[in-house]
Amino acid sequence: MPFARRMLVEERRWLSAEEFTDVLSLCQLLPGPNIVNVAVCVGARYHGVRGAVAAFAGLMTAPFFIMLALGVLYTEYGDLPAVSALFRGISAAAAGLVVAMGLKMATSRRLRSAMALFAVMTFIGIALMRLPLVVFLLGAAPLSVAATLWRAK
Amino acid sequence: MSEETLAQLAMDFSVLSLIAVGGAITVLPEMHRSVVEVHGWMSGAQFAEVFALAQAAPGPNILVVSLIGWKVAGLAGAVVATAAVCGPSCVLTFAVSRIWQRFRGARWRTAVEDGLVPVTVGLMLAGGYLITLSADHSWPAFATTALTAAFVLTTRIHPLWLFGAAGLIGLAGWV
Repeated sequence: MPFARRMLVEERRWLSAEEFTDVLSLCQLLPGPNIVNVAVCVGARYHGVRGAVAAFAGLMTAPFFIMLALGVLYTEYGDLPAVSALFRGISAAAAGLVVAMGLKMATSRRLRSAMALFAVMTFIGIALMRLPLVVFLLGAAPLSVAATLWRAK
Repeated sequence: MSEETLAQLAMDFSVLSLIAVGGAITVLPEMHRSVVEVHGWMSGAQFAEVFALAQAAPGPNILVVSLIGWKVAGLAGAVVATAAVCGPSCVLTFAVSRIWQRFRGARWRTAVEDGLVPVTVGLMLAGGYLITLSADHSWPAFATTALTAAFVLTTRIHPLWLFGAAGLIGLAGWV
């Protein structure tokens, strides 16, 4: 995202800094990877549907094929003892990265302490009770938004 | 396999697409539920591995679905899974981006933005918890996970270095 910001705001000047913040806040709110959403928004702003499609394709094509190449290598060699040992290490680290991102977000200022209850509820519902996410979100997300509205009064 | 599997991939991942607020990490628990627990397309350990691969590779993490699709149904699976996970959210973003400007500063808009934060935090922590349980089967593995998290939180080191180091630990046979 820092790279995207530098390219969009400083190098190409497609968006002002303020517009970028605005676009980003929308893209974080909508489902889908933030960076993909930013690409779609910026593409749409300049060239409608064609711009959005072009931006999406530009962003995703190369990584998609890299991923496929890795997938081929993985299915081909994934069963070799050395490779699976390597992967046991890497996947432990990858899990650590996710844990860190969660903790970082949990301690950020955007999470008001009174609202932490909803984070705990979500953790219990999803991680421990293994509720289906759609069902859970339909209940919890509106409640959380309503609580925010009520507190803001 | 084949067409039924492809339809299942398309179905499950389009739903994921519309609830993936914040990206791949928030739907990690649901992806795990669908791929490992409901359909049994791969084991928990395999799921943790393809997810690690997607994190290490360039591009958005959500491309983990390309790998899952590839593993489940080859090239067609990869294409279907990727299209399903990107399509609905992109269309929604496209539609909403055109009207969003109008609501700048509206009270409900701020409430929606702030209200979703705790849910996202809970989902990310749940994702971390579940992927750790899937990836780690020995105490050195748990230690590797904890150390990686500590390094990410306290230093500015690039995660790829940590992946490299953890890979070596794996190769050495310690996890």
